[in-house]
Amino acid sequence: MITESPKDPTAAVLDETVLAGDHWVQIVRAGQTFRIVDLEGNQAADTLFYDAHDVSNRYSACDTIRHQQNLYLTTGTKLMSTGGDVLLTIVADTCGRHDTLGGACSRESNSMRYALEKEPMHACRDSFINGVTAWGHGMGKRDITCNINFFMNVPVTPEGRLTFEDGISGPGRYVEMRAERDVVALISNCPQLNNPCNAYHPTPVRVLIWD
Amino acid sequence: MREITPIYQTLIPGGGMWSQVVGRGKTLRFTDLEGGANVSLLLYNADQLVERYNMPDTLKGQHVFFLTAPLCLHSDMGRILASVTHDTRGWHDTVCGCTDARLTVEKYGSQGTYQACRNDFFRNGRENFLIELAKWGLGPKDLVPNLNLFSKVVADGEGNLTFDAREVKAGDVIELRLEMKTLVVLNTCPHPLDPTPSYAPKPVGLEVFPGLPAGPEDPCRLSRPENARAFINTENYHLLRD
Repeated sequence: MITESPKDPTAAVLDETVLAGDHWVQIVRAGQTFRIVDLEGNQAADTLFYDAHDVSNRYSACDTIRHQQNLYLTTGTKLMSTGGDVLLTIVADTCGRHDTLGGACSRESNSMRYALEKEPMHACRDSFINGVTAWGHGMGKRDITCNINFFMNVPVTPEGRLTFEDGISGPGRYVEMRAERDVVALISNCPQLNNPCNAYHPTPVRVLIWD
Repeated sequence: MREITPIYQTLIPGGGMWSQVVGRGKTLRFTDLEGGANVSLLLYNADQLVERYNMPDTLKGQHVFFLTAPLCLHSDMGRILASVTHDTRGWHDTVCGCTDARLTVEKYGSQGTYQACRNDFFRNGRENFLIELAKWGLGPKDLVPNLNLFSKVVADGEGNLTFDAREVKAGDVIELRLEMKTLVVLNTCPHPLDPTPSYAPKPVGLEVFPGLPAGPEDPCRLSRPENARAFINTENYHLLRD
């Protein structure tokens, strides 16, 4: 559902740009608002969330889907944790639909999906590993679970087919969430060059936080 | 039906749980004995437990959001953990996860305590997974979206999900051939979207048969070029390791 936000970017306490292929990790405090902007359109922001006080209580795609009995994320979606807690709630969305089935690309899955020779290409899982390594707290590969792909369009048909389609996002579209508890937000701004999730052209995203 | 005798068989009661390491090439046959069973399933590489069943790679590698034969269960390392070699149900859910304690009380009430019900008490999928995972040194960080064998959930054009029990029948089977030595962790708690108002999980028969991993002309290998490449990755892993 398309919902705009009244928030003023000049009042944000954090305003940063994440280049394609980079990771970004930051705490978002309970009550703060977190926005991701698709600056140039058709970019996939692969995102994971963790309870900042217990990182094993983390974003869960299947609990989020099960809780709302719907596959797609948009305004009103509660992002659920493995422990059954609401980590964040989506409060504004000018894209309209976000994916949580497609997961992240990895060098290994690229070799499976496209060609064995694609294995050297940079991929989101490597960015996630860099992100959790930088964050520390003993985090590693086990902490990398099935993520959200903000701005990515992965429709499922009634017959159960799944397709990756050109994005429904566009330049400047954004999604905004209210943190319901202190969370660690981890983004891999997807470097994928092999499918249309980002129109074969990875671009930067902008992240903002308001108190 | 197979001519050969299973090397192992057990009956998992409704709401039960089971975990074992099962060798490469062996086949697990699950039977929905009464109709309406659900098997919540997770798989891990038994030699490197950090490699695990991966819902997104399974779905995007095969362009589906359910499983049936001759499809495969992908790990998060570009490899095949198991192949669906036989299936009489035709649709197994991959996205809805499992029940937890809160949902179980919300759906079925708070009367299902052990004190009141003894071993018919109301169990939930999350706790059953964590109990079995703990026995292998695993825990909440190893909980990822699980499969739900025998349960069908369909999506409409807007993504709304509906539990579909129209094709459920007693005696349905699904067979999974393991393509790696695998830690299999499962429980038979109700599917989280099963609308049955009372807690009445159904038993499942499990048999294990000896066998070999997928050959060069195997239908699961040939079902998608992605699967063929994942089998190459799987075979390279074994060539290097052994």
